[in-house]
Amino acid sequence: MWQTLRERLHSQGLEVVTVALDVDVDAARPFIDEAHPTHPSLIDQAHVSDELFGFVNVPNAVWIDESGTIVRPAEPAHPGLNAFTESFRTIDLSSLPPDVAEVLREARKIKTDPDQYVEMIEDWAEHGADSRYALSPDEVIRRSAPRGDNEARAAAEFELGQWLHRRGDHAAAIPHWRNAHRLFPDNWTYKRQAWNFEDPVRQGHTDVYDSSWFEDVKKIGAENYYPEVVP
Amino acid sequence: MILTELLVEPAELEARTGWAIKPLGACLGDICVPLPERARRDDGRIRAEALTERLGMPLVADPDHKVWALGPATKGTGRALTTAVAPDLVLPDADGKPFDLSSLRGQKVVLVAWASW
Repeated sequence: MWQTLRERLHSQGLEVVTVALDVDVDAARPFIDEAHPTHPSLIDQAHVSDELFGFVNVPNAVWIDESGTIVRPAEPAHPGLNAFTESFRTIDLSSLPPDVAEVLREARKIKTDPDQYVEMIEDWAEHGADSRYALSPDEVIRRSAPRGDNEARAAAEFELGQWLHRRGDHAAAIPHWRNAHRLFPDNWTYKRQAWNFEDPVRQGHTDVYDSSWFEDVKKIGAENYYPEVVP
Repeated sequence: MILTELLVEPAELEARTGWAIKPLGACLGDICVPLPERARRDDGRIRAEALTERLGMPLVADPDHKVWALGPATKGTGRALTTAVAPDLVLPDADGKPFDLSSLRGQKVVLVAWASW
């Protein structure tokens, strides 16, 4: 989807750069191969860009202007309807095992507004700094993710965990990832990445973590999973 | 950033966090935070504890593996962004070839985070 948008707007001086927040490069590779991106498609194993830009979930995006100034901070970024998640809306839940149906019933409440987001990008591509969606530096900073001691410590805990995991010591990574989750529960990239190693299909409850995708989404309400994009 | 001893190479610090070590102190954008004299070693490296103390970069340890991670700075705006100037970011593609985000100056860039999970 990003590839399509990129092809449409590249002649207006807009480039897309995708960054896979994936501790394992090989997990991201098949998706990249299938997308045949003509834009840079990068891998961020340590979730460094969470730290630098304030990403807390995927898909999230920031806009950077021609001079290298951020004009929109990290926010949910949906360039179109996702066929996989859309299938949740039409599937007959009564045909599914109750625990799966329960998860999908919650997932259906997740809100995205691809039409609005694409309109915003198109407007920026055309009008640049004059676009009403290009924010002032003060507003960009104000809207970026909170960064107190807990959030900063969570970033360090996550990084330690991924370093240990990549050295082949997955068990040693877990306590650090648990700490990251506790310190910064609003960062879904730390949680989904970690849950996925234990239960790649559902990110469901395991003995390893006190949390799971379903439990945590229920806690905040699925309609708040992607905060509304404020133009 | 990952540390195997409690000392930080200034070049690595700048590449990873944007904070540059200058005669004035540690600087990012328009902000410079003075560092105490004891923070600087003769070999040019910086004591990690001084960055914790002055920039609020938390230091997290894994004693079993003798490794630390130095987290991002918290002294500043209280937000993930200290400045709207985009940080330098060099990341590899899936084949390991590094790409420098700043090579796209002159274009509008939508930087998208996604994941396989």
